[in-house]
Amino acid sequence: MATFEPVLTAGIGELDLTDIDVYERNGGFAGLKKALTEMTPDSVAAEVTASNLRGRGGAGFPTGRKWSFLPKDGRKRYLVCNCDEAEPGTFKDRMLLEKTPLQIIEGLIISAYAMGAAQAYIYIRGEFLEGSRIFRRALAAATARNYAGERILGTDFSLDIVVHRGAGAYICGEETAQLESLEGKRGEPRLKPPFPAVAGLYGLPTVVNNVETLGYVKHIIERGAPWFAAIGPEKSPGPKIMSVSGHVRRPGNYEVPLGISARALIEEAGGLLQGRKLKAFQPGGASSAALFEEDLDVAIDFDSLAAKRTMLGSGGFVVMDDTACMVACAMTLTRFFEHESCGQCTPCREGGQWVARMVARLEAGEGTQEDLRVLGVINNTITGTNLCPLGDSIMPFLGSVLRRFPEEFAAHVAHGGCPLKQTASVA
Amino acid sequence: MTPARQARGRELVARYPKAQSALIPFLQYCQEQDGYVTHTAIEDAAEVVGITPGEVESIASFYTLLFKEPAGKHIIQVCRTLSCMLRGAEDLQTHIKRRLGIGHFETSADGQFYYEEVECLAACDRAPCLQHNLEFHYDVTPAAFDSLLDAWQAQPPQPAMPAE
Repeated sequence: MATFEPVLTAGIGELDLTDIDVYERNGGFAGLKKALTEMTPDSVAAEVTASNLRGRGGAGFPTGRKWSFLPKDGRKRYLVCNCDEAEPGTFKDRMLLEKTPLQIIEGLIISAYAMGAAQAYIYIRGEFLEGSRIFRRALAAATARNYAGERILGTDFSLDIVVHRGAGAYICGEETAQLESLEGKRGEPRLKPPFPAVAGLYGLPTVVNNVETLGYVKHIIERGAPWFAAIGPEKSPGPKIMSVSGHVRRPGNYEVPLGISARALIEEAGGLLQGRKLKAFQPGGASSAALFEEDLDVAIDFDSLAAKRTMLGSGGFVVMDDTACMVACAMTLTRFFEHESCGQCTPCREGGQWVARMVARLEAGEGTQEDLRVLGVINNTITGTNLCPLGDSIMPFLGSVLRRFPEEFAAHVAHGGCPLKQTASVA
Repeated sequence: MTPARQARGRELVARYPKAQSALIPFLQYCQEQDGYVTHTAIEDAAEVVGITPGEVESIASFYTLLFKEPAGKHIIQVCRTLSCMLRGAEDLQTHIKRRLGIGHFETSADGQFYYEEVECLAACDRAPCLQHNLEFHYDVTPAAFDSLLDAWQAQPPQPAMPAE
């Protein structure tokens, strides 16, 4: 760890990187200048492909490959920057938006250049009003200095960037729901195929990339693909911002090389609170299955976590110690998915609702043996039966803690409530 | 429709290749002025983007930050999801509800305060957190909430749901 230098988060907390002068003095726009004046769009795209960068928004799809799906048929194409961060436990994109918006703009313009997009949108979560204001000011400053807008840096490349703020809906982080929302509709995910690369925004070829992903594009262009590819595991390389929260001493965003162990990441965040023991942790947001003490040496990267039947997701790493009631944790998360289901698919809409009700019942001490039996088998009818990943996110956490702590769930039935008598658990 | 609203509608429509993309920004603009999405705003929006009022209502109903009835001058949204729960959100919620005398989704009798428990606000490192009129407040203990409340009441009136 001592040898790893943060890249995307460099300067945050010490410098006011929203100020374009400060940003310029600290390496700002070097990647943009290099891409637009020394490289062709194809060579920029080739560099990103060679870096093996995988999407930082949750799905981990290779970014270069995503771009390569755009048909070369002369149609107009769009780039949409996904800043609709709402996965519980994740707070990295909001930090990037508020603290280093010019870096997002730079990565976005380089990426639009690589894919030949003349129009870009940034979809900012509705709750991020302050972030959207900071971003608008940064965009105006960048445009005034010709880093954005018409004939950027005197080249033939022009890019119009429109800031679009959402109005409250987790599902709009899913890329096809985001496109629907950007078109002024209900944010209901589309049936795929066709994928957005072929028929996206307004029916035209579109790429949707996460904020953090676009940020790394800038650094890959500046430092070269080999630099990025050499960090971490070969198939899951690069640095990643992990949002660490819950029962640790120093919750926060930590930019770490992928491949770091869960144990080391928890240490980065100051370790557990005094006198507490680890009970469970979620490596990749509310949608990810929990891991436990015996899993602390797992490498934090896409493939190692997938091998443990969980996921890196968006990097929302939530730590639960021995004061946390697993039934209460499962209650908040199943309630979350029930609340956020768009309602299109029956297994997600109805299944999510019944699961949340059963878990709430257990938590309140009104659960039955029958609830436990149903929760043990309902996975088969909910997971893998929906248009988008939201429905598949209802069961992983609940299933993992049910399997690991069956006695805790049973005790809620036997005891008529929580035997831990958990109260606010931070000293 | 008022001329000012019509002009704003035209500006927002001009940002996009298709008019309907301006629907949510336009409703946010109307809500900033009226405090919620009024029936008039729904009709105005339908005219601005070229769809029916029924369609506007259906779309608006999808989004939690578009209020369909008067909410309050102070909209208080407290996170209830996992990371905040692990760091005392329930104590904070209990305190706020007692202090304001209202529950989840309720408005105080004088129309000043609206309280809601919401899903993760992406500020888990500073839990428990809340938003007041879309402004973040972090590490909110019950005592810290009381100070915030005093400060909000001393502030000059401002839109509860600013558009931009």
